[in-house]
Order: sequence, then C-alpha cells, then structure tokens
Amino acid sequence: MPKPLVTILGKTVKKVAGLRGGGSALPGLVVEHIYPDFIQHTLSTLPLGVVVISGTNGKTTTTKMVVELLESQGLKVFTNKTGSNFTRGVAAALLGDVDMKGNLHADIAVLELDEAHAVHFVDKIPPRYSLILNVMRDQLDRFGEIDNTTNMLRHVADATIDTVILNREDKRIASIAKSLIDKKVRFFGLDDSLLTLFPSDDNLHNHLSTIKTHKKADVVLSKFSDDSATFLIDDNEITIKINLNGIYNVYNAAAALSLVRAIIGKKIDQSKLIDALSKVTPAFGRGETLNVNGRQLELVLVKNPSGFQLGLKSFDPSDYATMITINDNYADGRDMSWLWDVDFTSLNEKGVDQISGIRAYDMALRLQYDEVQIKNIDINIKTALKKFISSTRHQPMRIYCTYTAMIIIRKNLAKITDVEVIK
Amino acid sequence: MNDKIITILNLYSNDMNIYGDRGNVLCLQRRLEWYGYQPQVIEYNQGDIFPENVDIIIGGGGQDSGQEKIKVDLIKIGPKLKKLADDGVSMLMICGLYQLFGKFFKTSDGEIIEGIGLLDIETYGKSERLIGNIVTQSESFGDIVGYENHSGQTFLGHNVQAFGRVRIGAGNNTSDVSEGARYKNVIGSYLHGSLLPKNPAVADFLIEQAAIRKYGDFNVKGLDDSYVGQARKIAIKRPR
Repeated sequence: MPKPLVTILGKTVKKVAGLRGGGSALPGLVVEHIYPDFIQHTLSTLPLGVVVISGTNGKTTTTKMVVELLESQGLKVFTNKTGSNFTRGVAAALLGDVDMKGNLHADIAVLELDEAHAVHFVDKIPPRYSLILNVMRDQLDRFGEIDNTTNMLRHVADATIDTVILNREDKRIASIAKSLIDKKVRFFGLDDSLLTLFPSDDNLHNHLSTIKTHKKADVVLSKFSDDSATFLIDDNEITIKINLNGIYNVYNAAAALSLVRAIIGKKIDQSKLIDALSKVTPAFGRGETLNVNGRQLELVLVKNPSGFQLGLKSFDPSDYATMITINDNYADGRDMSWLWDVDFTSLNEKGVDQISGIRAYDMALRLQYDEVQIKNIDINIKTALKKFISSTRHQPMRIYCTYTAMIIIRKNLAKITDVEVIK
Repeated sequence: MNDKIITILNLYSNDMNIYGDRGNVLCLQRRLEWYGYQPQVIEYNQGDIFPENVDIIIGGGGQDSGQEKIKVDLIKIGPKLKKLADDGVSMLMICGLYQLFGKFFKTSDGEIIEGIGLLDIETYGKSERLIGNIVTQSESFGDIVGYENHSGQTFLGHNVQAFGRVRIGAGNNTSDVSEGARYKNVIGSYLHGSLLPKNPAVADFLIEQAAIRKYGDFNVKGLDDSYVGQARKIAIKRPR
C-alpha cells in the first residue's frame, strides 16, 4: 500500500479509536501491521534526526524538558507526548502529526523509550543523539536483572550515531562510555556535596560508599533550593529559577541541558534556554500539583524503590495529609517485594491517613514493620479517595500512587477538579 | 524488653540483596523486638571476619555479577556455615544463595559453579524464566505465599525435604511440585515477597529455634498479624 493511503487509514483508525475512547496505541498497531517501515521512513526525513531518552526514572519529565528547551531555540519538535513509550505509541503519535501525504513537518524527534523497547527501536532507527538517565531496580519481573537492563541501555548508546549523554554519578551508566570508542560522549553530573542526596541503585541497597569520579561533566548541578538551581556550565555558574517539584527532576534538568547543548552547538541562545528551563513544570503525576476545592493536592507516581525513596525524600510530610495507593496490575509490576526496599521511616511522625489499591494490605504490612501509624485502609480507590479528601479537612494533600492507581485517581479527580485524564 | 540478645547475620548484604530481601532481616528484627528480645544485626561481606556468636543467618538473591563477587568467599566460609547448620542455627537462604548453599549450579553453557553443599540440592540453568505469584503448602507452616523469579531449576536429593508443595506457580523446577528445601533449621527458597513478613509462621519458626538454642525457651506472645492475614488472602487470588 502506498504511504499516503496508509497515513489516511491510520489517521482514520486513530479518529475512530479516539471516538470510542480507545487506547493511544491501537492506530499505531494497525499502521505497524500494514506498513512496518512507517516510522523509519517518516523519521528519516527529519533534518536533525532522532533523539532517544531512556533509563529507569525521570524519562517523561526529562523528555518534556528537552522538548521545551529545543523549542526555545526555534526548533519544531516531534515527540511522543502521550507517555506511550513503546514503538506503537510512537507510531500513534506520528499519525497525529503527519499531513495527509505522510510528511512530518518537524526539525527533530525527541522520543522517550522504555529500555526494553528502545533496544529494538534503535536497531531499526539509529538515533543521532541519546540520553541515558539512570538504571535502577524496576519491574525486574519484566526485564530480569539490573545488569541486563544496563546491557539494553548500552545497546542504545552503541547504536547512536553522533553523541551519547550519560549520567556520571550512576556507575553502571558511566561505565557505558568505555565501550563507545568512535562516538562523542558527554556527562552530566553532581557536585560532591549533593552525591548523598541522589543515591544510585547500589547506594540505595547497600552501604558501599559513593565512589567519586573525575571525569569532566558538561553540565553539573552544583546546588539547589525549593525554587532555584545552580548549574556549572563551561566553568560558569548559572542560577536559574525553577518550577520543578522533586529533586530528581532538578538533576534531570542538568541532563536535558547537556543534551540540548550537544544538539544546538555553538549557536545556542543561552538566555532563551534559561528562560525556557525556568518555565518547565513536571509531567503529569511527577510531583504535579492540583487544586481540589481550594486545597492543594500533589500526585507522586511511584514505580520502583528508588523513585519512591526519592519521592519521600523530596516531599516533606510534616504539614501534609498522606495517601498511598498500590496496585499490582501488569503495568505496575506484579511483585510486591519492591516495597521492602523503600525506607518509610520519614512517615513515622505524621503517619499515613489513607491506604488504598489492590495491594493496600501489602502496603499496610510494610508500614507496620516501619512502625508507621495508619488511619484508614480501603482497597477501593474511589471510596478511599473520597474519604481521604473529606477526612483531612484543612491540610494540603499528597498521594503516592502506582501507575494504574494514578489513572483511576485522575478519573475520579476529574469529576471535582481540572485534571488531565489519561486514556 | 529483656536483655536477651539474638544476633542476625545478614550474609553478603552488599551483593546479595535483590528483590526486597532486606524485608526478611527487617521482619526478624522487629518481631524479635516485639517479642521482647534485643536483635542485633551484623552484616557480613566478602573479606570480613566471620563473627563468633551468630543465632540466625539470612541470605538473599543476587545478580550474576554479585554471585561472581562472593562465590570464592562463600566456599571459604562454607565449612563454618555447615558446622553452624549442624549445630541447629536458624538460616534462611533465598534464590541465589539458596542455589549456592547446594552442591552446584550448572549454567546453560555447561559451566559448573561449585556450591558449599550444605543443602543436598543441584541446580541447572535453563533458558525459561519462572516468574510470577506462587503459593505453596507446607505441613509445618500452612500456605506459603510469595513471588518467584528465577531461571535456575533446582532438584532435591535425599538429605533434604521440600520447604513446600506448589499449589500455584512453578517452584524448584518444572518437573516436580517441590519448592525450596529444608535441612535441620535451614530453609532455602525461591520466594520473594518478601518471604518472612508475608509468612510470619516461617519468621517465628526461625526466631523460636534461635531462642530455644540460645536461652532454652521461647515464650510466644501473640502479635498483631491482622494486616498480613488480609495481604495473604489477596495475594493468593492475584493472577500469576
């Protein structure tokens, strides 16, 4: 079938699927079957090529940052905004953006890809740039061991044509540089004084001291507060106002800056770059703040021990009402072991107001062993959410939730506040 | 709180700690406190001096790279561990260390990794990974619930008993219904979850044996296990 026809068919499926509230991947699936090279052909036309962002934590917000920073430099950027970070999701996002002839009017594509999908994607479409954020224990039931995951990410770096951006402080990621002989490599890093705030997987699970490296980093996060961050770029300190809730988002800003510097090169407009970075807000569920009847409600997505631990570290529980919602559907990971790798003692003083989700009692059991008080447990997320909001009258609220739990929470919140619902 | 100390040795805590194995140590620590004992946790890693007075030994799973790092040291302390096991010390070995407590692990390439032979078991690396929720049944402990994730398949010899019989899931291998192994007060198992908090009867067995061995008695005091009761009920009904 010729490309324009495939495009029209795909766009039609997308429209129909959208009408019946279907998932974002279905039209992509259809196109993938009748025209398997659709993505490859369309993306190969882009003048600045393809950027792949992968790693365990922070992909979605980092991708959002990179897109907004590139746009500040006047580029037209294609991205898989729906958070559907599988190949099919990319195809579906493309269908939304191409014209009827199947042409994509963009300068560059910035794609967030899950490790397991990135491996296959780069074999078909070698990226010009890649950014590898970190590797942490996550969904081990899907990927196997963390060393396997590292190998997947190494493969992505290997397939990259021009420049690979790596996290200097994650020793598994930093070590990827050794095998990249004919490629440009840039690091983003942390000032020594911040190393203990951002534990790598090994720091999180044992007491090995943090090993300092002396590789020069392109962008270093040197200090930060609630609303500002200082980066060391080309030996110049630059302090930027930020709207990024959560310390991991701030470190990933260093990653985004380094990537954008590699792409734009000497022509970079620094003042526009800084202005754009100060306006970036976290992606949905990554520390995003909603307004519910005049009260603040924060949603923090938790998917793995390191993410949960950083979330607990980022957000001070003292003035907040807290709810934790744990599901174990396929997208969340079925194995509950990960809850035992998170230290919940920061919640000792205030306790937890509401626990919910399919595995609410696993969460309760975990908190019992950290001697954290629990006020209410209700497996049903809808009724638990109602009770949480009504029983914690004047305080701001914070909900830690797994992925499928977040989808249900958003759907229910949409009835009482303005919130983007994920289909 | 009395002054009765129970010492828990966390074996290779730096390299063999995957899948929430630290939950097992935390569980023993808290339950001992709740029972009125003074738990003391010692971490042992390769090259350390092996401590003298140990009451309970806990070991976990590791990645291939982690197992590579500890295997020489494990062979070195193997005779000590065997003697302690024969003396009735309580031990729990999960996944990777369960395999290495056996006679050997033969990889799918035919390479043989020697174990310490404390448990009469043999393990063979396979391409298929056995992953998912698992429920086994044991005369001593009732239902045992957890999550398995392993590609090694283990076969029991005559000098060990199975830890449980598989009701849902795979267990030691795809040929028989056994899961894990028991020898004296040593338990080996593939179950994560973590195993002990999710199965307090097993935790209390390890504690009771340790307390009797050291102090001659153990006075059971009922703990509040209401959350775990619910958590187990739900876990049993979840898809594999």
